[in-house]
Amino acid sequence: MSETANTANTASTANEAAAEPAEVQAPGRDASGEPGSWGARLRDAAVERWRPIALAALLLAACYAPFQLVPFRVFQLTMVLVYAVALLGLNLLVGHAGQISLGHGAFFAVGAYAAALMLDRWDVPYLLTLPVAAAVAFVLGLGLGVPAVRLHGLYLALVTLSIAVFLVPLLKRFESVTGGSMGLTLTKPAPPAWTGLAEDQWLYFLALAVAVAAFLLARNLLRSRVGRALHAVRDNEAAAEVMGVRLPFYKTLAFAWSAMFAGAAGCVYTWVIGFVSPDSFPVTLSITLLAGIVVGGLGSLSGPLLGGLFVMFVPSWSQDINKAAPGVIFGLLIIAVMYVAPTGLAGLAGRAAGRIRRTLRRE
Amino acid sequence: MAGFAQQVVEGMGAGAIYAGLALALVLIHRFTGIVNFAQGELAMFSTYVAWQFMDAGLPFWAALAITLTVSFTGGMLIERVVIRPVEGAPELTMVIVTVGLFIFVNAAAGWIWSFLIKDFPNPFPDGALRAGGVAVGYPTLGILAVVGLVMGLLYLLFRHTGIGLGMRAVAADPDSARLVGIRVGRTLALGWGLAATVGAVSGVLVAPLLFLEPNMMGGVLIYAFAAATLGGFDSPAGAVVGGLVVGVAETLAGAYVDVVGSDLKIGVPLVIILVVLLLRPQGLFGRATVERA
Repeated sequence: MSETANTANTASTANEAAAEPAEVQAPGRDASGEPGSWGARLRDAAVERWRPIALAALLLAACYAPFQLVPFRVFQLTMVLVYAVALLGLNLLVGHAGQISLGHGAFFAVGAYAAALMLDRWDVPYLLTLPVAAAVAFVLGLGLGVPAVRLHGLYLALVTLSIAVFLVPLLKRFESVTGGSMGLTLTKPAPPAWTGLAEDQWLYFLALAVAVAAFLLARNLLRSRVGRALHAVRDNEAAAEVMGVRLPFYKTLAFAWSAMFAGAAGCVYTWVIGFVSPDSFPVTLSITLLAGIVVGGLGSLSGPLLGGLFVMFVPSWSQDINKAAPGVIFGLLIIAVMYVAPTGLAGLAGRAAGRIRRTLRRE
Repeated sequence: MAGFAQQVVEGMGAGAIYAGLALALVLIHRFTGIVNFAQGELAMFSTYVAWQFMDAGLPFWAALAITLTVSFTGGMLIERVVIRPVEGAPELTMVIVTVGLFIFVNAAAGWIWSFLIKDFPNPFPDGALRAGGVAVGYPTLGILAVVGLVMGLLYLLFRHTGIGLGMRAVAADPDSARLVGIRVGRTLALGWGLAATVGAVSGVLVAPLLFLEPNMMGGVLIYAFAAATLGGFDSPAGAVVGGLVVGVAETLAGAYVDVVGSDLKIGVPLVIILVVLLLRPQGLFGRATVERA
């Protein structure tokens, strides 16, 4: 773990060092006779460092939004963040390690139920449920990762799909623990008085904090040797093995990490909804998650966020046309994305950003 | 003892249905190396087509004949339009595309015919054949007979016709098949058409038992996967044997194992899939493949 953090640190310092010369060059260009107005310098800076600026703007907007929107919209945005965290995990597995899972809803459900049980039975402080729920999902992912290592492609898809199918009757069966079909109703975390926030706003900020932490964690993980090993496994297993990547170890790890993110998302889901029941986690949840990450963008960091927006808003908009419309749109888009834009919305956004940058430079 | 035999017979009835869908899965896998996650949904869609024709007043067997033709054409069309563009793509892409097809077909059926359940007539008479304290329902016998018939027809097609020979050649080695003048693309489309037809038969057999609705085949698909895994994904005979074994195992587990009961029966295929994949990944009748990276 410390090794991971270290490598990530060096990676980010290297990045800053790389960015340095660009900054030095911008004033230099001014001195060499180009129109050095403030506007041009600002534009140059924006072009060179658009990524951190865009991220900062996004974060600012995310912090500002709950004060401007009605509670229902705030709730929707909260759910986008919950989905984004789960998709982050799925992306790690599908997009970065090249393994498939049609049962991620099961890990999501496990995290949600773990949190719900802790809150319901033992009155655990809710912030403590997050690491525990994530750890439970991690261990489960590790356990399932062991057989998963021996399977690949379609067989892995089969096993994960049947796990997702099996989960609902399993949860209903152990009624004494899970509350059966009736589910468990919980009190939502109340905002501390000093914040002066309404309940929906507080839940939103909790979800935002978890999402930001999850994104940072995933980013650092992917920049470390673990991330590079996963990419190697995805791109060519044989070559990766020859280079000294232990396939079983990294595949199992990818499964466990990815389950952990889904579990954390499930925990936040429990906080936000305040209710869990077996029917909250049907097979369609797993399939929807896969659809979300494929459309959002496999193997990119912004993919999960875009996927979360897609999973949240496309159904609620298209449901007005017909109850089946979201499914039709999901299905068509998945196939279309696989044909024409394998990197999904994130890839399209990246391409558009690249084009804008080039146009700005050329001016 | 009679009770046990009764359970076995009922398991075989359920198993024959799983065998039908498993057969469709195996057909496509043999020709294209794809496991079609949308197979169950295509079967469900075909069943709706049959229902639509019967609703319009056609007799059962006429509706069935039209449905099988429509399914065959539909299957070929799907291969041409949806699968061909990603032919030869990595397994992950294939799985995702067929999952996309799954979602689309499921929703499309809901859109066209709504999510309300519909009654579907049973083509076989009620009542049962009694022998030695065991009652075998005519519907069960009918399903077994139909699956046996489909199996026999497929055997004849593959072993004794020129088309079947071409199909086997394509399954064995598409490149060599192309070199000897077999039209590989057309043969693959034919394989999908055939699978869709077999799937349609299984859908029509299932519908009277489960009621017709867009999510009808979801559970059956898992059992069919278990059947195909058990029999071996490249063996049609294995799919049928696997289907019967899965059906019997599921019924017996539901009846005699208290922990399983009637609600956790869906765990049986999961256990079967896991055990087979860990102990004998090629299945009972499948051939182990040697992988070269």
